[in-house]
Amino acid sequence: MLEKMIFGRYIPGDSFIHRLDARAKLIFVFLFIMVVFIANNWITYGILLLFTLLIIRLSKIRLYFLINGLKPVVFLIIFTFLLHLFFTREGPIIFDWKFITIYEEGLKQGIFISIRFTVLVVLTSILTLTTTPISITDALEILLNPLKKWRLPVHELALMMSISLRFIPTLMDETDKIMKAQMARGSDMTTGSMKERMNAIVPLLIPLFVSAFKRAEDLATAMEVRGYKGGEGRTRYRKLEWATRDTLIILCLVVLAAILVYFRQ
Amino acid sequence: MDISLQQVSYAYAKDTPFEKRALYDVDLLIPSGSYQAIIGHTGSGKSTVLQHLNALLKPTEGVIRIGSTEVVADKKNKKLREIRQKVGIVFQFPEHQLFDETVLKDIMFGPMNFGVPEEEARQRAIELVKLLGLPDEVMEKSPFDLSGGQMRRVAIAGVLAMNPEVLVLDEPTAGLDPRGRKEIMELFKRLHEEKGLTTVLVTHSMEDAARYADRIALMHNGKCVLQGIPQDIFSDEDRLMDYRLELPQSIKFQKKIEEMIGEKLPTLCLTEEVLAEELARLMKKEREI
Repeated sequence: MLEKMIFGRYIPGDSFIHRLDARAKLIFVFLFIMVVFIANNWITYGILLLFTLLIIRLSKIRLYFLINGLKPVVFLIIFTFLLHLFFTREGPIIFDWKFITIYEEGLKQGIFISIRFTVLVVLTSILTLTTTPISITDALEILLNPLKKWRLPVHELALMMSISLRFIPTLMDETDKIMKAQMARGSDMTTGSMKERMNAIVPLLIPLFVSAFKRAEDLATAMEVRGYKGGEGRTRYRKLEWATRDTLIILCLVVLAAILVYFRQ
Repeated sequence: MDISLQQVSYAYAKDTPFEKRALYDVDLLIPSGSYQAIIGHTGSGKSTVLQHLNALLKPTEGVIRIGSTEVVADKKNKKLREIRQKVGIVFQFPEHQLFDETVLKDIMFGPMNFGVPEEEARQRAIELVKLLGLPDEVMEKSPFDLSGGQMRRVAIAGVLAMNPEVLVLDEPTAGLDPRGRKEIMELFKRLHEEKGLTTVLVTHSMEDAARYADRIALMHNGKCVLQGIPQDIFSDEDRLMDYRLELPQSIKFQKKIEEMIGEKLPTLCLTEEVLAEELARLMKKEREI
């Protein structure tokens, strides 16, 4: 039942996006998060949407699969939409009934924020879907390297990240397993009142925590036994290589930013 | 309660790039009161079949009948609760499902979910702790303070406490020591006989399948390729080898002896005890001649 989740998963492939350097993709996503905020009217948000569709196309990930996998965040998007819809009080009133008043600006803001949200989630998902967790952490480590001067434990941070990414699918499987075991014992997590459902989560969470701690301990022991010690003097098996296409995609983003600035109000 | 699978197919993560077919047109009939073993190598689809037996998974194609209830693809079923109460599943490493503060509460979790009054659930828990050979004082202990073997027993008690009519066991003895293994298997056998439970045992151990089951189904690459009584299943060694399985120890031994003395024993010896008796009879006969 959790098999449709796509966060932290990697789909092997050979698309343009797959072949990009992980560093380029990271920088791209990081900058993109800022560029998104330039948009502030229908045209600019339209351009953003089109751009995202283009990226999806380039990554050769099926749109249907992506949409299906994003279902868990739909709730969040709807929530923020409603928040903006009801609490922005600007512009002409377009709907008025008893205590509900909706302003034009509220509707507009709601839609804009939803687009912004979707675009961000989709692009970050594409990053993880097209890049192996290992290259993501390698890239992160290299990009953060300058911060070592200020004694930031860059290698350890990267390691922590790769371990958490690595264990997402494992924990998902585990959740699925325990959920089934408890469902077989009559626990019902999908129906009933909010309180009943909350109570039904306890038998799921406790075993999950217990096994996660156990796993962490085992992993720590296994690493220690094999003499693992931090970043100092460690060489790499996979080397990241920056190619022309990587520069290109960053330039693309700069152009996008310029276009957005031009059309923005 | 009969359980039947008709032309059941199942695919994990359907309609995603991760789609993986696990079952192909499986036909299987488990009559009420039988002891059915499901054997097969790792990844043959045994565990997937098992999860269909109480509708934790619904078939992508085909029909499953559990008693009088039908489970079909894409249909909400209101009787799921009833099915889950009647078909108890002991999953692989069931001790991973323990969660409550005390052993007593954990065993009571199942029955109370199905609306059994607290007092009765408590009574059942007390009886089961005794039945499974656990000392009384574990009752008020945290399940996480017990040894692995004890945790396993508590988890099994938690499933038995629901009073299921069908007991489904997925490798219930994996990771136990030989003695614990034997005790638990004997317990299931006793429950099967005394309470008339329908028992489904998914196992890697050919010995257990030969000793306890009265019907065996053999899974291979998501298909149910053979079904029958143990004598039939274990009569052909080459066929088993094709499915990456082996003969039980006692039959292997029997074959070697038959080769040595150039004579066939009258029956296929499914357990060491039967083999010993047969050999004793043979030796007696020789002595008389």
